Amino acid sequence: MLTAQTKEYPLDKELQERIDLVLESHNYDPTQIVGILLEVQDLNERHYVPEPTAYYIANRLDMHITNVFDCLKFYSELSPVPRAKYPIQVCCSPACRVNVIDSHRLIETLQDLLDIKLGETTYDGRFTLEKVTCIGACDRAPAVRINGHVYDHLDTKDKIEQLLRSLP
Amino acid sequence: MTEPVHFLTKNFGRYDTSSIGSYMRIGGFEALRKAVNTDPKEITDLISSVKVRGRGGAEYELGRKWSQARAVVGERKVVICNADEGETTTFKDRELIEHDPFNLIEAMIIAGYVVGATDGYIYMRAEYACFRPLLLNAIRQAKNYGFLGTNILGKGFDFNIHLYSGAGAYVCGEGTALIRSIEGKAGRPRMKPPFIKVSGVFARPTCLNNVESLSIVPHLLMDEEGFYASCGKGDSIGTKMISVAGNVNHPGAFEIPFGMTIREIIDGLAGGVQRGRAIRLIQFGGASGKVADASILDTPYTYEDLRAAGVMVGSGAMLVIDERTSVLDFLRMNQEFFSEESCGQCTPCREGNLHIKIILDKMAAGTATRTDIAIMMKIARVMSMSSLCGLGETAQNTLRSAMRVFPEVFEVGGPVA
Repeated sequence: MLTAQTKEYPLDKELQERIDLVLESHNYDPTQIVGILLEVQDLNERHYVPEPTAYYIANRLDMHITNVFDCLKFYSELSPVPRAKYPIQVCCSPACRVNVIDSHRLIETLQDLLDIKLGETTYDGRFTLEKVTCIGACDRAPAVRINGHVYDHLDTKDKIEQLLRSLP
Repeated sequence: MTEPVHFLTKNFGRYDTSSIGSYMRIGGFEALRKAVNTDPKEITDLISSVKVRGRGGAEYELGRKWSQARAVVGERKVVICNADEGETTTFKDRELIEHDPFNLIEAMIIAGYVVGATDGYIYMRAEYACFRPLLLNAIRQAKNYGFLGTNILGKGFDFNIHLYSGAGAYVCGEGTALIRSIEGKAGRPRMKPPFIKVSGVFARPTCLNNVESLSIVPHLLMDEEGFYASCGKGDSIGTKMISVAGNVNHPGAFEIPFGMTIREIIDGLAGGVQRGRAIRLIQFGGASGKVADASILDTPYTYEDLRAAGVMVGSGAMLVIDERTSVLDFLRMNQEFFSEESCGQCTPCREGNLHIKIILDKMAAGTATRTDIAIMMKIARVMSMSSLCGLGETAQNTLRSAMRVFPEVFEVGGPVA
């Protein structure tokens, strides 16, 4: 089992170096932990912070591991569990939802196309469907956010299919 | 017809946002030069004279806030820029950050000078992470040019700016939660007092401002002709950034002079309601705002007139919803937002939001009784009185105002259980 005192981490050298670069860009400042975790989780192909990584960061910043996990669990943008290569964050604020009443519903269409429910990941690990409260793109509704990029005006099934196909 | 104006937005598109030189060629940092040669009291008096109110939603007078922050005795004071803009339908700060980042940096330095702070923190929501390089670059260039660091402009004034990220928590727009987040903790609000102006981030005296409130100040300092003061109506002086979205043809952020009517905003600026449909309701000020029906269309957009009409300016958001969405469906969407975003720390907010959602769902299913409605009203009242922070206190604003505006929606047929 890992403890905060563990000196040996099951992390390869290259990942350690990449994490160190993130830490350095934040001046090894433990108060920047939220921003650090956001950047570190994108180093992982599944966009989450694995336990060994969390311990490594806690140790490097000389902070309590409980503090790191408190943040990982509190903030909805951070994840301690694996997500997909493309986590699809679907905006569920009224501003997005009132724009899709007649034509179609964004979430239902995505669920149909991917054959998964909210919170689930496709069998190949490519897509997770996540519900988020607002992504600040109300003027471009209906919109989703994938790995930091906003895809807007998804008001037809064709546009959604096209988006899913366009991801490498 | 009142025309939109360009006071806060006048730099938009006029300079290369990645270059401080480009910003200085259009007069950038002149306001800072002027500020550091002015008595801070004159600056707060100037702000007070045009009655600038906080643009985040609480509408507290900015001039008074800054003079109070200045009067606080304490070392190493802090200025925070709240760029967590989490209210739904609000994206005006996004426009200000994207199109005029240097003005925000300049405004923060001026704020630091006025209140006597040594550090500035920008707390920006994760959804705006794409602007992080833009702001980091602006901060670095300002430092290279001597506008940040020690002995700024030879005035013996030291100030630095730090950029922090949120990570998808609406509650972090609340002052004490935001401060915890900057301290590297989970953003759970705390009890007040101590108030943040006395003990804020790292227990230092802290002055917290919205992006738009800050952005006004450099323009105001350079406004020799008094353009800002000439805009507006009554006590609502000047201009305001608003964001309009929902079922309108051209959603977007606009700068308007106070006093424009709601109809002029929706039809003139936002291109009218899609396919000319009838308006079911308009929500003002985001998820914690209040609603009105179409009878508000001829009301001028001012603090006083909106208040008299039962709504608030709040964050400057206007969500226009047409007849296709029922009042009840809208309320359920809005409630879902709060059930999701309550941090769960205090019982009134955690349980209250959950139970309001359950009763609204019962109403939709047609099984609600008059007792349910009475319970819901009671929960809403208790929440606003007893919640720990502003989230729980304002979460039922929309519901309570809808009960006043659309009483027929809440007339359920079921018996008193």
